[in-house]
Amino acid sequence: MLRQFGTNEFLFILAAARWTVLLSLIAFAGGIVGGLAIALMRVSPLKILSATAGGFIQVFQGTPLLMQLFLVFFGANTLGLDLNPWVAAAIALTLNASAFLGEIWRGCIQAVPRGQWEAAGALGLHYPSLMRYIILPQAFKIALPPTVGFLVQLIKATSLAAIIGFTEVTRAGQIINNATFKPFLVFGTVAAIYFALCWPLSHISMRLERRFAAASAR
Amino acid sequence: MSTMSEASRLQDEIIIRMEDVQKWYGTFQVLKDINLKVRTGERIVICGPSGSGKSTLIRCINRLEHAQKGRIIVDNIDVGASSRDLDAVRREVGMVFQQFNLFPHMTVLENCMLAPMKVRGTSKAQAEATARKYLTRVRIPDQADKYPAQLSGGQQQRVAIARALCMSPKIMLFDEPTSALDPEMVKEVLDTMVSLAEEGMTMLCVTHEMGFARSVADRIIFMDRGEIVEEGAPDTFFSNPQHERTRNFLGQILSH
Ligand SMILES: Nc1ncnc2c1ncn2[C@@H]1O[C@H](COP(=O)(O)OP(=O)(O)O)[C@@H](O)[C@H]1O
Ligand SMILES: [Mg+2]
Repeated sequence: MLRQFGTNEFLFILAAARWTVLLSLIAFAGGIVGGLAIALMRVSPLKILSATAGGFIQVFQGTPLLMQLFLVFFGANTLGLDLNPWVAAAIALTLNASAFLGEIWRGCIQAVPRGQWEAAGALGLHYPSLMRYIILPQAFKIALPPTVGFLVQLIKATSLAAIIGFTEVTRAGQIINNATFKPFLVFGTVAAIYFALCWPLSHISMRLERRFAAASAR
Repeated sequence: MSTMSEASRLQDEIIIRMEDVQKWYGTFQVLKDINLKVRTGERIVICGPSGSGKSTLIRCINRLEHAQKGRIIVDNIDVGASSRDLDAVRREVGMVFQQFNLFPHMTVLENCMLAPMKVRGTSKAQAEATARKYLTRVRIPDQADKYPAQLSGGQQQRVAIARALCMSPKIMLFDEPTSALDPEMVKEVLDTMVSLAEEGMTMLCVTHEMGFARSVADRIIFMDRGEIVEEGAPDTFFSNPQHERTRNFLGQILSH
C-alpha cells in the first residue's frame, strides 16, 4: 500500500535535516582542529612532520570518501569495535575534512609573502610567535573564502553517510520514497533542503572572495 | 667630517667579521671568498650591479641566508654555531628591506611593539613608550594608530626603521631601502639614515644613492659576481677607482 506524500512525510525529511547539519558541524569543527594541525605540520621545517602530513593528505584526497566511510564503519566492526553509523560518519568526515582543509590552509600559509617571514625572523621572533602573530592572521584572511566553500562541499558530502545507514536528510528521503514512490517530489524536497543550506554559504564565500580580491588589488 | 674626528669616532673593536665566506645556490656560486671586517660605529655602503650578491652578503650576517663555507662572527657570536647564538645575533642586528615588509594586519605602533615584547620580554607599557620614542625620532609620531597601507612608501620605510630600532640593535642592515620609493620620498628616508649614522650606529647599507655614500660612508665596498672587487674611503673610491669593473659601474651609475 502506497502512502501519500503529505505534511507528515515532508516534516520527517525536514526533521532529518538537523542530523545533516549536526554531522556537518561536527566534521567541520573536527576538520578545523585537524586541518590546522595538518597545515602546520605540512609547512614545518621538520621533514618528518611535513612528510607525514603530506602522506595523510595524499591518502584522503586520493580515495573516494565513500571508501573512507566504509573503512571506518566496517573496519571498526571487524576490529571488534561496535561503531554506530553516527560515530563512524563523524570520524570519517572529520579525517577527510582535516586533509582537505589542511591542504587548503597550507596553500594559504605559503601565500603569505616571503618578506613577512623574513622581517619577523630578522626581528628575532621564534617560529611559534612568527606563526601565531604574523603568518596565521594573514593566512586566515586568505583562507576564509575557500574554507566556507569547502563547508558547502562538506554538507553535500554528508549525504554519503546515508549508505552506511545513518538517517540524515538523504536517507530520510529514501525511506519516504520507498513508502510513497514519489521520487521527484521526495528527492526534489531533499535537494531543496541541501540548496537552502548551501546557497547562502556559497554566496558568503563569493562575497568574501570578491572583498579579498578588492582589498589585495589596492 | 675631519680625519681627526673620524679616527676618534671609530673604535678598534671589530663587531662583524666575515672570514672566507662562500655560498652557492645549487652549482651557482653567489659569494666567493668574502672577507670583511666591520668596526663598531663604522658605516659601510655596498654597491655593485644587480645580481652581484649584495643582498646575499648582508643577509648572511643575520642568517636569513646560510653560507655553506666560512665563518661569520657578529658581536663575538658565531652566527652559525647554534640556534641560541642565532637568537642573540638577531637581537643585536636590525634589518630594513627594500619592500618595507611591515606587518599589514597590525598598526604602526603594534608593528613596533611586537618584537620587543615577544623577543625581549619587554612590558607592554615599556614597549609602547619605546615605540613612540622611535616613531618620534623618524618623525611620524602622529601615524602610530594607522595601518601600513594607509601610509606613503616613505612613511612605511621610516616605520620599518623605527621597528628595527625598537629592538635596540647594535648594527643596522639596509638592503636598498630607497629603491622601491617614489623619487620625492627618497630624501626623507635618507635623512633618517643620516641621523642614525650621526648617532654612531654601525650600519651596512646596500644602496645606489651615491650622494648618501659620499657624505656618510666610512668605506664603500664594490661587489661584482659574488666578489668584493674593491673597497675604500669615499674620496679615493670615487676619484680614483682601481679596477676596470668599478670604473664601468661608476660610469654607469653616476651618469644617471
Ligand atoms: N633563492 C635563490 N635561489 C637561487 N638563486 C638565487 C637566490 N637568491 C638569489 N639568487 C641569485 O644570486 C645572485 C645574487 O643575488 P643577490 O644577492 O640578490 O644580488 P644583489 O642583491 O646584488 O642584486 C643573483 O644572480 C640571484 O639570481
Ligand atoms: Mg639585492
